[in-house]
Amino acid sequence: MDPAWDEFIITGEPFILAGQIAILVTTIGIIFILTYFKKWKWLWNEWITTPDHRKIGIMYIIASLLMMIRAGVDAMMMRTQLAAPNMPFLGEAQHYNEIFTTHGTIMIIFVATPFLIGLMNVAVPLQIGARDVAFPFVNNLSFWTFFWGAMLFNISFVIGGAPDAGWSAYMPLASNDLSMGPGQNFYLLGLQISGIGTLATGINLVTTIIKMRAKGMTLMRMPMFTWTTLITSLIIIGSFPILTVALAMQTFDRLWDAAFFTLQDGGMPMMWVNLFWLWGHPEVYIVILPAFGIFSEIITTFARKRLFGYTSMVFAIAAISGLSFLVWVHHFFTMGAGPMVNSFFSISTMAIAVPTGVKIFNWLATLHRGRIRFNVPMVWALGFIPNFTIGGVTGVMLAMAAADYQYHNTYFLVSHFHYVLIAGTIFGCFAGTIYWWPKMFGVKLNERLGHWVFWLFMIGFNVTFFPQYFLGLDGMPRRIYTYFPEDGWFSLNFLSTVGAYMMGFAFVLLVYNMYYSYRYEKRETSGDAWGGRTLEWATSSAIPPHYNFAQIPEVKDQDAFWQMKQEGVDPNGVEEYQDVHMPNHSGNPFVMCVFMFIGGFGLVFHWWTIGIIGALGIFACMIQRSFSRDDGHIVSAEEVRKEEAEIREGQANENG
Amino acid sequence: MSNGTAATKKGHFPWKHVVGFISSIVLTLVALWIAFYSAFSVRTIIVLIFSLAFIQAALQLLMFMHMAESSNGRIQVGHILFSAFVAIVVALGSYWVMEFGIHLEHHM
Ligand code: HEM
Ligand SMILES: [Cu+2]
Repeated sequence: MDPAWDEFIITGEPFILAGQIAILVTTIGIIFILTYFKKWKWLWNEWITTPDHRKIGIMYIIASLLMMIRAGVDAMMMRTQLAAPNMPFLGEAQHYNEIFTTHGTIMIIFVATPFLIGLMNVAVPLQIGARDVAFPFVNNLSFWTFFWGAMLFNISFVIGGAPDAGWSAYMPLASNDLSMGPGQNFYLLGLQISGIGTLATGINLVTTIIKMRAKGMTLMRMPMFTWTTLITSLIIIGSFPILTVALAMQTFDRLWDAAFFTLQDGGMPMMWVNLFWLWGHPEVYIVILPAFGIFSEIITTFARKRLFGYTSMVFAIAAISGLSFLVWVHHFFTMGAGPMVNSFFSISTMAIAVPTGVKIFNWLATLHRGRIRFNVPMVWALGFIPNFTIGGVTGVMLAMAAADYQYHNTYFLVSHFHYVLIAGTIFGCFAGTIYWWPKMFGVKLNERLGHWVFWLFMIGFNVTFFPQYFLGLDGMPRRIYTYFPEDGWFSLNFLSTVGAYMMGFAFVLLVYNMYYSYRYEKRETSGDAWGGRTLEWATSSAIPPHYNFAQIPEVKDQDAFWQMKQEGVDPNGVEEYQDVHMPNHSGNPFVMCVFMFIGGFGLVFHWWTIGIIGALGIFACMIQRSFSRDDGHIVSAEEVRKEEAEIREGQANENG
Repeated sequence: MSNGTAATKKGHFPWKHVVGFISSIVLTLVALWIAFYSAFSVRTIIVLIFSLAFIQAALQLLMFMHMAESSNGRIQVGHILFSAFVAIVVALGSYWVMEFGIHLEHHM
């Protein structure tokens, strides 16, 4: 395939032209600013090559926020198109198909997942009293695979054309016959590249949590967010290989005429659907369990109580992780499998609501008689409980196979998964970001603006999605680009669009708040911004020193830091400083991932030479790494002592 | 930090990894050859490539995953059980579901 240049770069679409110009202007702007302020070296040394879990976490979060803007603009365009019957806004079905495909894919793969991984990176090593993750080099590599995978996916809309077969990419719709052009290839290779990083992160975090906990932190004393991270990572390790294999098979179908999922030559299109959801359902738990963990942390902190039913919480998430591998067929009940199959998966799906319910009651019991403080993270956590429950209850409705024949692929389903994904995952991401913001940047986000953001977003969310349940019951199918006045869907759709704009505005306000607070809010002077209970708040300074703890704290209880405060123990009262072993910086992962991008780009267009160049580059980087010695470096006890003394002095000055 | 890999820590050439890598490739090529060019019956081919796959899996567990090196047996057993659970669900589950839970030959 040799596309002419005017097919290569998409032309003649006003929105895409606007996008192209925006990309060009932003790129030039970034290059200009970096050069003008001589920041290239800083960027390379301090961020791009960093093995520091906190910085990697911050990069994940910033990249996810940027991706959220991209996918959010997609959402606004879809809602505008659907605001009224026969809207001419997006012109034609093709354009709409591309937008809902990129919206869904980006939100799940490049927003929800990496956002949570970013928060895990920031918080988990601190919570378990470790100095970094087990494999800091791999951690950096994971970030860059995600980043370059996301870039490969994102350039599709200006170069070559966006994928348009939905985020689930069902075959045969996603095959060469029905999805011509390179769009779907971008999907396959972008997800493949970033999937490698997600899998590596899973392995990294399991190893970290199992091997690197502070002395005295038994499994049953781990903070709840660490628990959910551990279980989530296990689900990642179990499920992401399925995606990898399925994507590879579809790639072979599209690039080299294999027949795994084709209609002819004995392929099985439904096998793609099967494999996709074998990964896809565990994936939805990958993005909800960490959010559960975040809310547990926030609720205990701001209710100033120990988590109610800690042990049952642990068993609930463990049960969810096992069950999450046993329900995937509920996404395609309508395939028409026999009654045994559909009944089995109906029941297993309903069963998963039980441990979820246990968790809800545990949170409520934790709140009961707590001395609640209504800070912004807590308000998000309180908003989560009722809103998420609506999503869970409608999930159980969908779980009845017979009824699902009615609901499937209608707006009822769309509303269900937005209620769980937004009220669960996205509320969790926001709450966690606000909660750990002082850990990342040494300053809290402004509370007044924060409350405004919450109320606007939460009300906007309900205005957007609650009407969609009724649209679904009224028969409106998902993934349609327009409808007729006779359908009678106008008023609810219009309402939904109004809500969407409210959410969009709230998001802009949130980003503004980040800027505003950085400029004007008071700096934190201690490591304990909220009166926290877990070890991440026990660091000597607001932003932890790069070695996290001068001396690894010893854990004697659940809520380790809270217990220290009760007993008047100062975790930073170190008598004798010790040498600290820290990982080295490396530019290898960045370079390797650029080659992944290049190779992937070559494959998208069937340009084998470029593909081979990419593969060779990846290999070269791997070999370079495999045969070089890198045992990290030692920060001497003297340097640690000096740094701690400086921190103390700074705090004394601040406190006057 | 456990930044150095097991191989570099001992300061030796990473023989285990190289051997594991090369033998995995060889085993795959052998399987490919058997499937494409050998004259065995279909049943024999299937048995052969399945055996080769299991050998390769075991090899990788030993060479790359440090199966035999852990000090904590319980966690190791837990991981293996979990992986077995997922593998069985994926393989048998897909088979059952894609058969539609009924034997199509009898119904069509
Ligand atoms: C009480 C727990 C839940 C139950 C019983 C449940 C049930 C279901 C069922 C039966 C479907 C398929 C409906 C259809 O296609 O007709 C579905 C779809 C979906 N669910 Fe859930 N669900 C639950 C929780 C969650 C959570 C926690 C998430 C994510 C955070 C989630 C995300 C999704 C998504 C993304 C889809 C639609 C995917 C698509 O077709 O594009 N669900 N759910
Ligand atoms: Cu599901």
